[in-house]
Amino acid sequence: MTTAQVDRSTQEVENEPLLQADGVSKTFVSGTFRKHYTRALDTVTLSVPESPPTITAIAGESGSGKTTLARTVLGLVEPTSGAVIYRGANVANMSRAEHAEFRREVQVIFQDPFESYNPFYKVDHVLRTPIRRYNLASSKSEADDIVEEALRTVGLRPEETLGRHPHQLSGGQRQRVMVARAVMLKPKIIVADEPVSMVDASLRATILETLRAMNRDLGISILYITHDLTTAYQLAENIIVLYKGRVAESGSVDSVINDPTHPYTQLLVSSIPQPDPETQWGREQEARDEEDAEIAGCNFYDRCPLRMDECTVSDPPLYRTAPNRITRCYRYAESPVHLAPDLRSVFA
Amino acid sequence: MTTATAVHSPLVVKDLKVYYHTRRGPVKAVDGVSFELHRGERLGLVGESGSGKSTIALALMMAHKEPARIEGGSIVLNGSNVLDDNSEQVRLRRLSEIAMVPQGALNSLNPVMRIRDQVIDGLKDHNVSMSDGEFANRVAELLDSVGLHRDVASRFPHELSGGMKQRVSIAIAISMNPSVIVADEPTSALDVVVQKQVVQTLRDVQERIGAAAIMIGHDMGLMAQFASRIGIMYGGKIVEIGPVSNIFKNPKHPYTRLLISSLPDTRSKRRLEGIPGLPPSLLRPPPGCIFHTRCPDAMDICSQEIPPTREIDALRYAACHLYGDDDGKVVDL
Repeated sequence: MTTAQVDRSTQEVENEPLLQADGVSKTFVSGTFRKHYTRALDTVTLSVPESPPTITAIAGESGSGKTTLARTVLGLVEPTSGAVIYRGANVANMSRAEHAEFRREVQVIFQDPFESYNPFYKVDHVLRTPIRRYNLASSKSEADDIVEEALRTVGLRPEETLGRHPHQLSGGQRQRVMVARAVMLKPKIIVADEPVSMVDASLRATILETLRAMNRDLGISILYITHDLTTAYQLAENIIVLYKGRVAESGSVDSVINDPTHPYTQLLVSSIPQPDPETQWGREQEARDEEDAEIAGCNFYDRCPLRMDECTVSDPPLYRTAPNRITRCYRYAESPVHLAPDLRSVFA
Repeated sequence: MTTATAVHSPLVVKDLKVYYHTRRGPVKAVDGVSFELHRGERLGLVGESGSGKSTIALALMMAHKEPARIEGGSIVLNGSNVLDDNSEQVRLRRLSEIAMVPQGALNSLNPVMRIRDQVIDGLKDHNVSMSDGEFANRVAELLDSVGLHRDVASRFPHELSGGMKQRVSIAIAISMNPSVIVADEPTSALDVVVQKQVVQTLRDVQERIGAAAIMIGHDMGLMAQFASRIGIMYGGKIVEIGPVSNIFKNPKHPYTRLLISSLPDTRSKRRLEGIPGLPPSLLRPPPGCIFHTRCPDAMDICSQEIPPTREIDALRYAACHLYGDDDGKVVDL
């Protein structure tokens, strides 16, 4: 399984991205009589190439749109405008065969591994269902082999895992079973939506290492959705920082986290509780407490400690501050405006 | 600070045992925990799920419920054992002597009461009598002290963000100037920016009123930012406790060492190592050291004898067979 996967990913592929979110926006409507509109995602364009396999972090706080972006990319949420394209076909109106391929090749790992399980079934069930659904095995013994190999790939011993109920495994083991399930299907892309936020610290490292190995050894691209910049830094090559549905800043993860340009990213980075008593939090504050105000300009204006008058006039474009950096802030107005919509062109 | 006999330490916990009684037997969630909280200090109790940290928080507040029972030990608050109190005495000591800042993820505020009334309620419950104007002033003062606008007094909880609600909880917790504040995962479910604001607020008010604080949690980063001393919990016991900088720089217990090396940071990318194995069953804890089943340094003795707690260096205690009489004397905490 491993060799076949690697061969596929190193094959010559044309420039067309494997997966593309093309200017996707999503507005949620609530209320029966007086409609309330929430723009969760605002014209985000992002692509994942067939090769090389990449790890991209999509980071932001609650309300940033990161989960909406993940669900849109997975075809679970239909964008209000824009489209998600997989292998050249629009996910919203794919043929049955295309959709089956999409569902197999783009896998997801959710935040809470417990919720992905039916407590009455043994964990075997979680692993065997996709084998049946996608006809991955022609015999019982072949199915066993696939399950066991997938478990070993994620560092679990089959004899200690199979035959157990979900509550008999630790949170870390349950989450790794979900990674095994995803891996079994030989996906091209795994969307991991906060996969370690419910897992204890000592097990977090193992899951992140497992994801890294899936990328390195099996050629799987990973979209890592997180609120945690520390794990994003450790795992990803590139990062997209979302704020209220828009891209605030993007670029290589080292440069963005070590030298953030957007005031929002700066605020996020300075709020990281470093596990080091010598590196204490600074006292910098945001402009105001977390109140929303609707203004025409930059959507971060109400919290921005560096705001200027021009920020209220219109929304800033993305400026290309360095070859592998873009930021949506007027303080960089002397840099060229980044016109190519796809963030991929920023990533080295 | 070490001569605690002259002035009472606000809180002295000794050999505390809290078991959950299940049909399959007692689950020893807290099994012989001892620590002393010094005046004005900030202690972090850190542990993973199942380490017993939240059970300690509940027991300190005497808010544990069946099937949890305190099986032994003492909780001496301002010089007298809470376990000897009747329920009315316990009620009166909550808020006035020991107050809790609840988990960030929980909605602990009453949804149909204005913030002002919730603050005043606690005071009235403790027989504070003031004129309406004085109560209003006290509420305004408390909101000020946690960095909230006075207008918040007339709002309902649903009108506030998560961070603002947690600030209200802090304001209520300090409303009677308690000597001990217990904060159990006060920022769980809050965003990182708000988390920092809430923890800094907690720290500011704790310093201002001179209370001692215990923060309970699993995030070593938060502990490094908040605590002056931390206790590492594993399987219902404190395996190591000491000044925060010593613990991070030079952890003594193998569990502490592995826990710290598993923490990602944003300085250098490296291979992340988790701790192999599973947390112990607290229904049938392993014999000897509770950590020996996962410990890379385990020796024969570790599965046979419970390691005693030794004073390894100043104010630092660890319970591990790696250390002998040459490393530090056995202490009865």
